Amino acid sequence: MISLKEVEKVYRTEEIETLALSGINLEIDEGEFVSVMGPSGSGKSTLLNVIGLLDEPSKGSVLLAGETIQGLPDRDQARIRNQQVGFIFQTFHLISDLNVIDNVEIPLLYRHLASFERRSLALRALERVGLASRVRHFPSQLSGGQQQRVAIARAIVGQPRVLLADEPTGNLDSQMGEEIMKILMGLNEDEKTTIVMVTHDARLAEKTERIVRLFDGRQVN
Amino acid sequence: MLRNYIKMSLKVLRRRPFFTFISLFAIGFTLTALTTSAALIDHTLAPMPPETMLDRTLGIYHMTAKGETVQVNSNPGYKLLDRCIHDLPGTEMVTVFSSAGSVNSYLAGRKIESHMKRTDGAYWKVMHFDFLEGHPYTEDDDRNANFVAVINERTRREFFGNTNAVGKTIEADGQRFRVTGVVADVPIYRNNPFADIWVPIRTAKNDHYRSEYSGGFTGLILARSRAAFPEIRREFQARVSQIDLADLELPGVQVLSARPETYTEAASREILGTPVEKTRTAYLYACFAGLMVLFMLLPTISLININVSRILERASEIGVRKAFGASKFTLVAQFVTENVILTLLGGTIAFIASWGILAGFTWLGVVPYAQFSPNLRIFAVALAIALFFGVFSGVYPAWKMSRLHPVDALRGTTL
Repeated sequence: MISLKEVEKVYRTEEIETLALSGINLEIDEGEFVSVMGPSGSGKSTLLNVIGLLDEPSKGSVLLAGETIQGLPDRDQARIRNQQVGFIFQTFHLISDLNVIDNVEIPLLYRHLASFERRSLALRALERVGLASRVRHFPSQLSGGQQQRVAIARAIVGQPRVLLADEPTGNLDSQMGEEIMKILMGLNEDEKTTIVMVTHDARLAEKTERIVRLFDGRQVN
Repeated sequence: MLRNYIKMSLKVLRRRPFFTFISLFAIGFTLTALTTSAALIDHTLAPMPPETMLDRTLGIYHMTAKGETVQVNSNPGYKLLDRCIHDLPGTEMVTVFSSAGSVNSYLAGRKIESHMKRTDGAYWKVMHFDFLEGHPYTEDDDRNANFVAVINERTRREFFGNTNAVGKTIEADGQRFRVTGVVADVPIYRNNPFADIWVPIRTAKNDHYRSEYSGGFTGLILARSRAAFPEIRREFQARVSQIDLADLELPGVQVLSARPETYTEAASREILGTPVEKTRTAYLYACFAGLMVLFMLLPTISLININVSRILERASEIGVRKAFGASKFTLVAQFVTENVILTLLGGTIAFIASWGILAGFTWLGVVPYAQFSPNLRIFAVALAIALFFGVFSGVYPAWKMSRLHPVDALRGTTL
């Protein structure tokens, strides 16, 4: 499903050059649930961003669902992000001006679906995360756990084949974290969604099928 | 998608009331000034009653007679028009009339000041006045020098209060005229139709005017179509060139020129002070456009700045939208749409404000008999200006935003 070969990512400024990823070779099968661990600054989020087309590798190749993704024009990258990938962020990144259902609908806006179709898919996604009763609420009216569930609904509403979760429980207490983890595992089991999750929490990582460890931008397992 | 953009724009506008106020104020103020100016220019130059056929009308508004030691610039005289204007090719009708001269009347010891114009009978066919009562005088009335008159609403009020005027007599400039019709007031800036009292040319106190080549008259030529303009001009100027200069009774004159012009050409000649034989309408339009751009430049730059900071404040939203499938083009479209909605709101405010200002001008009587009001044409101009303003001030910020890297955007760091 996901294939990285000799991936390197270098951030350059006028003064310094930072090697964020180096020599990454990674194969993730369809339906696999993989967690990525490592200390801060080890390149975990960069790896996720490269897989999710939010960032381009400096070297190497990335294949997503058999398609080489680097070097694609903006429109094609946008299409792949929209159809193949769903993102879950540590800080939720919900749009504060939009209510819950409008936030969840965002990926569908770029698929040019009819309004009623978007509504119905968004409601289904919210039901999946147990928030169907909060559709008219705004993010500020929800708890952290509820906001993250809205973010998951947004990530899964377009039924992507890959979910990329960047420390999805990082801003939540352990109980909420467990709830979020349960939802992710359910998605992986029921929908066979491939999930790559960055986490610092070893307990949560152990629940996944495989742990990829990074240190100073290199794979260490 | 568009509905979503609109929904988002309205939410953003509500979220930042101060920013919204500043933006709308800048847009509203600029567009009010532009819309009001456009309305004033439109009321002065565009075809509207009674000059409904202005687009196929040529006028002889000006003549120049010059030699080494002499130069006369004035309206044409009756004789010049009478000799050159009739039976031109491609014409439907012609009319000759005097400038509106100031005349006094005395009614029960009260002095009434009016503007009086002497016209031929065809004048009423070339112009489409709104007759409130009665009818115009005819070519026969002029030919027979009948002492008849058409008056405007204001003159009827001054002479007869609120009663009908047709059939009654008025005294003006020491002559008595029987009123045949009453027309609605025409504002002073519509030079051709403006007057308070209209009477036949031949009722003039003497016939000196018949032998004068310069001064006091205007001729209008209603062409069958604009396509006939070049031929009319050529023939008219050929006839002018055949006039025996000795007949002008102006010693030293070597060249006599007069040219049929459109109303806009005449206005541009007056404003720019160019010679009668040179048309610089395009230059005048360019000046108007240049002034408009200059006037819009400062608020546009301010708006661009406000928009850049407004959009960059929404970096995280941009990151989210990119992450979930928005292309650069989609985001540019979203932000330009938002800006266009903002400027259309400003445009609506400006249109209402302009309407208020124009109504105020009318109510205060700043310009006699003026009935300023926005019309569909002005609405279209205002809309076009607002859209231009919206797109122009939105494109750069949107382009800048579209360059935002999604990872940086999600982190909240900007360009």
